[in-house]
Amino acid sequence: MRADHRARWRPELATAPEIRHRRRLGAALALPAALTLLVLVIGPSLAVLGLSVTDYRLGMPGANWVGAANYAALATDAGLRGSLANTFAFVAVVAPLAVFGGLWVAILVAGAGRARGLAQTVFFLPVTATLVAMATAWEVLLHPSFGMANALLGVLGLPAQRFLSDPNLALWTLAVLAVWKLLGYNVLLFLAGLATIDRTLYEAAALDGAEAGWRRFTLVTWPMLAPVTLFVTVITLIRTFGEFELVVVLTNGGPDGATEMVLFTLYQEAFRYFDIGRASALAAVFLVFVMALSLTQIWIAERRR
Amino acid sequence: MAFILVAAATLAPFVVMIATSLAGPAQIYEGGILPSPDLNAAVDNYRAALTEVPLLRYMANGAFVCAVILVLQVTIAAPAGYALAKLPFRGRPLMLAGVVLALMIPMQVPAIPLFLGVASLGLLNTYTSLIAPFVISAFALFLFRQFFLSYPDEVLDAARLDGFGELSIVWRLMVPAAWPAVAAFATISVINHWNDLYWPLVVITDTDMMTPPLGLVAFRATAESSGDVGALMAGGVIVTAPLVVAFLFLQRSLMRGLSASARA
Repeated sequence: MRADHRARWRPELATAPEIRHRRRLGAALALPAALTLLVLVIGPSLAVLGLSVTDYRLGMPGANWVGAANYAALATDAGLRGSLANTFAFVAVVAPLAVFGGLWVAILVAGAGRARGLAQTVFFLPVTATLVAMATAWEVLLHPSFGMANALLGVLGLPAQRFLSDPNLALWTLAVLAVWKLLGYNVLLFLAGLATIDRTLYEAAALDGAEAGWRRFTLVTWPMLAPVTLFVTVITLIRTFGEFELVVVLTNGGPDGATEMVLFTLYQEAFRYFDIGRASALAAVFLVFVMALSLTQIWIAERRR
Repeated sequence: MAFILVAAATLAPFVVMIATSLAGPAQIYEGGILPSPDLNAAVDNYRAALTEVPLLRYMANGAFVCAVILVLQVTIAAPAGYALAKLPFRGRPLMLAGVVLALMIPMQVPAIPLFLGVASLGLLNTYTSLIAPFVISAFALFLFRQFFLSYPDEVLDAARLDGFGELSIVWRLMVPAAWPAVAAFATISVINHWNDLYWPLVVITDTDMMTPPLGLVAFRATAESSGDVGALMAGGVIVTAPLVVAFLFLQRSLMRGLSASARA
């Protein structure tokens, strides 16, 4: 966020009572937002940090200070450790595919000429579609006996798979679906970024012999898109780390914990087992991860300026 | 070629959902790439989706919740955005810092204490519980602030010289000027809250109070046991259709809204 130079106060245009009046009006207009922000977002987030060092359970009287025990459990408890490990593996696969896939698709869509409008529509459809509905559609598509995916594998002479119930496969199936879900939004962001690149840069590159393809990409597109790529990477990492719906709709963490991930585990601990302390510790870890990413992005973007 | 394959894979679940919703159990369980459509089965599927579960009730709940959330978000955030951009009140830098902080906080973090609060107030399974946590949007505050920052000060000063009071500037200049920002924000807000599963899953167990995604999760559980895949897909089509159709018609403004969210 930049210094709001355009909102700078110009006292020469106002008398003292007028200034006081504007200050009061400003405070009055901002007050409902400030209060709700405090009560509904910032306050509860601080409360989570407080709850994470207690053994509070819903329905139990009182809570005891347990120090870092809930955080230690993240490292020692097999279930929690598995959930964190799954999440990192999932992020490591999904994020690069969603970012570079989005860039690749955006460049092709931008150069699609008359088909551009149609191509855009196709890739944006998943952005507005209700994910729960689409997840059940994927479940039918991936059904072991009558799904389209296995029918296609059969055509290619490959053996049928149990995409969502094979413990070695389920997490990677969800990863593919997550890429499907994220791709459209990333394409949109990259297309917006591509539209801002100055045409004359491409002309200059063409004079230097980089007329098309890889050289043109490395010489102009990639460096000019850097801020967009940074933003897309950060938001993709955050959204991938916070995957919840695919797990809860399609696998419920199974088979045998193979698709348990941080937000799903957090949800289970908090709202199924009512272990508020432990869930709060997970929420705190999630918060630190998201904030670290966002701050890194702000830091890099500011330094570039 | 690879591009065509990726496009086909992107469309595949939509095609499967529609094709399956138009087919009977015999055609579905037969396997093959896509089940062949059957008019009678299609009618049965859509009738079952609308009668076996209160799908229309879910949609009405979803529409009501989205509308109230949007109205409250704009009512609270737009005036504050104007104040943050144009009226230097005391505490403004602090509030701006709070907005930036709140932008970085994912909903699932405050959700735990919010759930404890909602539960202790006896508000589980109410519209209030579905709406209250979202009446403030840090993103809306940021968006409206940016929008008003780009509004020229000269116009405001000219209005003041013409004898406009500060309040009538808000009413007669700022409210009409803010509509493009409201439209951009509305697309994001409605997409997010129509499709949200996490929070309804936390506070709603009563069938009458469910929103479309939660209702579909419940429907899926029953359809799974009865094996009525066609009806489940018909439900999916009905729930997904409003936003997808709106998207096809309003593609341009939707994309503007989504890329506005990116700039923030």
